[in-house]
Amino acid sequence: MPDPVFHVRKVSKVYHMGDVEVHALRGVDLDLFPGEFVVLLGPSGSGKSTLLNILGGLDVPTSGEVYYLDHNLTAAESAELTRYRREHVGFVFQFYNLIPSLTALENTALVTEIAENPLDSHECLRLVGLEERLNHFPAQMSGGEQQRVAIARAIAKRPEVLLCDEPTGALDCPTGRLVLEVLDRVNRELGTITVVITHNVVIADMADRVIRISSGEIIDIHRNEKKVAPSELTW
Amino acid sequence: MTALNKKLLRDLWRMRGQLLTVALVVACGIATYVTMRGSYESIANAQREYYSKYHFADVFATLKRAPNSLEPSIAAIPGVSSVQTRIVVEVTLDVPGLQEPALGRLVSIPEHGTPSLNDLCIRRGRYIEPGRRDEVLASEAFANANRLDVGATIGAVINGRWEPLRIVGIALSPEYVYEIRGAEVFPDNKRFGVFWMSREALGPAFNMEGGFNDISLALSPGGSEAEVLSRLDNLLEPYGGLGAYGRIDQVSNRFLSDEIVQDRITGIFIPTIFLAVAAFLIHVVLSRLVHTQRNAIGLLKAFGFSNASVGLHYLGFALAAVLLGTLLGVPLGIWLGRGLSQLYQDFFRFPELRFVPTLSMIVSVVAISGGAACFGALSALRSVAALPPAEAMQPEAPARFRPGIAERLGLQRFVPLSARMILRNLERRPWKAMLSTLGLALAGAILIVGFYFYDAIEHLVRVEFQTAAREDVGITFNEPLGSSARYSVERLPGVFRAEPFRVVAARLRFEHRSRRVGILGLADDRDMRRIVDRDFHVVDLPPNGIVLSASLSKILGVSPGDTLTIEVLEGERPVRPMIVAGTVEDLIGTSAYMDIHALNRLMREGETISGAYLSVDTLVAPKLYSFLKQTPAVSGVNVREAMLQSFRDTIARSLGISTGALIAFACVIAFGIVYNGALIALSERAHELVSLRVLGFTHTEIGWMLLGEQAILAGVSIPMGFLLGYGICGLLVYSMQSELYRMPLVISSRTYAFACITVTLASVLSGLLISQKLRKLDLIAVLKARE
Ligand SMILES: Nc1ncnc2c1ncn2[C@@H]1O[C@H](COP(=O)(O)OP(=O)(O)O)[C@@H](O)[C@H]1O
Ligand SMILES: [Mg+2]
Repeated sequence: MPDPVFHVRKVSKVYHMGDVEVHALRGVDLDLFPGEFVVLLGPSGSGKSTLLNILGGLDVPTSGEVYYLDHNLTAAESAELTRYRREHVGFVFQFYNLIPSLTALENTALVTEIAENPLDSHECLRLVGLEERLNHFPAQMSGGEQQRVAIARAIAKRPEVLLCDEPTGALDCPTGRLVLEVLDRVNRELGTITVVITHNVVIADMADRVIRISSGEIIDIHRNEKKVAPSELTW
Repeated sequence: MTALNKKLLRDLWRMRGQLLTVALVVACGIATYVTMRGSYESIANAQREYYSKYHFADVFATLKRAPNSLEPSIAAIPGVSSVQTRIVVEVTLDVPGLQEPALGRLVSIPEHGTPSLNDLCIRRGRYIEPGRRDEVLASEAFANANRLDVGATIGAVINGRWEPLRIVGIALSPEYVYEIRGAEVFPDNKRFGVFWMSREALGPAFNMEGGFNDISLALSPGGSEAEVLSRLDNLLEPYGGLGAYGRIDQVSNRFLSDEIVQDRITGIFIPTIFLAVAAFLIHVVLSRLVHTQRNAIGLLKAFGFSNASVGLHYLGFALAAVLLGTLLGVPLGIWLGRGLSQLYQDFFRFPELRFVPTLSMIVSVVAISGGAACFGALSALRSVAALPPAEAMQPEAPARFRPGIAERLGLQRFVPLSARMILRNLERRPWKAMLSTLGLALAGAILIVGFYFYDAIEHLVRVEFQTAAREDVGITFNEPLGSSARYSVERLPGVFRAEPFRVVAARLRFEHRSRRVGILGLADDRDMRRIVDRDFHVVDLPPNGIVLSASLSKILGVSPGDTLTIEVLEGERPVRPMIVAGTVEDLIGTSAYMDIHALNRLMREGETISGAYLSVDTLVAPKLYSFLKQTPAVSGVNVREAMLQSFRDTIARSLGISTGALIAFACVIAFGIVYNGALIALSERAHELVSLRVLGFTHTEIGWMLLGEQAILAGVSIPMGFLLGYGICGLLVYSMQSELYRMPLVISSRTYAFACITVTLASVLSGLLISQKLRKLDLIAVLKARE
């Protein structure tokens, strides 16, 4: 087995809401390996986003340790985390959060400006199947198309890891399937570690591994013997 | 408290930064209005009351000498209700503590009773006592400037001898609200003062026993001033009358009335700018608020709240800004107004000048501000009403954009993406961008106007005191002397050179128009005193003909080449035609110049001079001054440097406070516009910006994408502000031009630089505040929250 890219040990996260302590994560152990496609499954409020945000350097754990290769994300300064995200991480969210004043191509190109070894932005948009929509503004595109631009934007800097927080949450089934196909292709063609959060069990079938979370704890890690192509998923 | 009101209070607290900036702009509008309008009303009132309570005369005239027996014929002129004859003379003074000799104007008052016209207000001490011929009342301006009080004694050359004058009282007169000598423009209270003394003392000393040389009249209601003036002139002509004039040409009243008119204009103009900016800010803030709360609005409507009650809820923001603005602005305005009326008292002396803000004025300014605020809120409220409840609860689609100007010009390759974002954001709301720029430009313009006055005065000083009048000292003789007096003067201690001049009182007449002036005759070998226009060009004075101020030629309707009539009002009173040789675009007064020899010929006199301009060795000057004090033949001494100094001091003090206030106010505008603009942009774009932060963009990179828009607006506004400032100064120059002075339209690069730096600093400061907010944004929280 290759060395893990992410190395997560005894990670806990406590939020303080006034006098109430919310334990979003309770002692999570997890390794992620190169080229993996992982689905994070769990009910709402179970701590999926919290874990993803810690992996992506948006947040730091209250205790425990998180390593990305030899980067210690546990004790990193905000500027250090920014650099980590800039160099290694792509994010996709439920809401696409594109820049409405930039076209699809420009939204993608914006990210290539800050990357050291970016992909060509045309290439990214071709990869997500939007080569026909390069010069459209977000307002001129459907939700699925916007989400694919968001993916193109996230992979444009050739990240080692792509973190997706409910990328199909706001989309209907056919559109969501299209987005999942794109994620699958990115994972295969670029070898990007891809972590997808969902509470949709069906999506779990396309993953290499499925991690189930409940109440801030990993209750099950399951390796799919046979991956299902996203085009065959229905919900 | 209803739930809706609670929500309003909570919203107001959450938006306190925006509320405060808008309220500050409103406060500036209210404060400037209260200050300026209040000053205007206070001064206009004080003038009216002063004039009526102390019987300010309606018609004035000076003459050489007339017997008291003429008085009944003057009183008999139809339309005249009362007559006051006086003796008025000017003498050299020796003031304790003052090196140079000063000029005193001695005005006779009755020993028994008080003056029937131009009555005195005794501030300290008492009225003169009958029989005590050395007692005088001193004008307050002079006494204060020289720190003299009741009991002090000053020396005066009376009838060729030094006489001590004992100050028994300090007084004010409606004739000298603005106390100024001759044809000057700015007061020099240290070296010129008015004194009132017994007619029985003045008469014998100046050969005026049984006669008078000055007259004031009050008109009866309905009396025709023009009629009285012409009859009075006829009566006085044989007695050396120098021409009668009404209040409008009375120097003190003229300055005061000009000032009051200007206050009224600026009192409307400046507050309007602030209220317009406030309305604009309320518009942008409220539109955004309604936009972000469309869900809540939909919900409220779905619950059955009426359009009116929901609308009123949002109007609450505008009204809160006005309320807060009133609470800040009214006291600030009153405080500034009090300060301003203190300053006014340096120039204008009233028995009582209290800044009294009237309730009706305050109520009206609050109503006007409320109106402006409602106007600003109008379109936001309209969109509240137009929003159907169901639609309001849908999440909204991304904002629509189109390719910007760069694309249409095919230049996109050269425009970086972040700049494209900024440009497209601007282009999406061109009106908002334009109004923001205009608002910032107004802030710049206000700064330029504030500093323009310094530039104008500096220019005026350079033209009038450093290029035209370059003498160190000017002396005026008691009576015209033969031209050889020039050489006697040159032999005085410390005098390098003397340049003679001749002044003759005359009336210039062209067609049906006429004007009283003093014609100044200058030597042909002159070097110290020159005729200079506003652009520093020295104007030639031909051996024949008369050169007029352009303003005077306009009044008379003459142009070079025309022939006007000179009616001399002194000596043998010759009446002669004279060709207008030229005009000069000067800045002060209405002057008429002739070659001194031509003037002597006109007077049919030998070579005669009225005084001389001197260049003086400053080291020996004190000796010269004490000598001049001892010289009865010299009645007036002007020390240019001293005058300039006192002028600069007074101006600096009076401009200081108003310029300070203008700077502060302009900063409030610039700050308010940039702060609100950037804050709204932040709320509109938080999601996209945070998503970029998530992808690894730094604070600084994001900051530029957000604030670049404001930076461009501020950048564009600066040259626009320059233009606007220049335009407003031009308007001011135009509206403030008078016979007394014309402001030159010159704005220094220092003023431009200062306006630019101030607007930039205010913008940068608000930008920094916003970038702090950007830095504190909780990435995860923003991503979780949908609008
Ligand atoms: N910033 C926060 N402050 C307080 N509580 C939080 C915060 N973020 C998440 N939580 C809480 O932590 C728990 C886990 O949240 P999250 O990771 O978002 O769950 P999921 O993504 O699985 O729905 C929830 O109970 C949530 O309310
Ligand atoms: Mg979540």
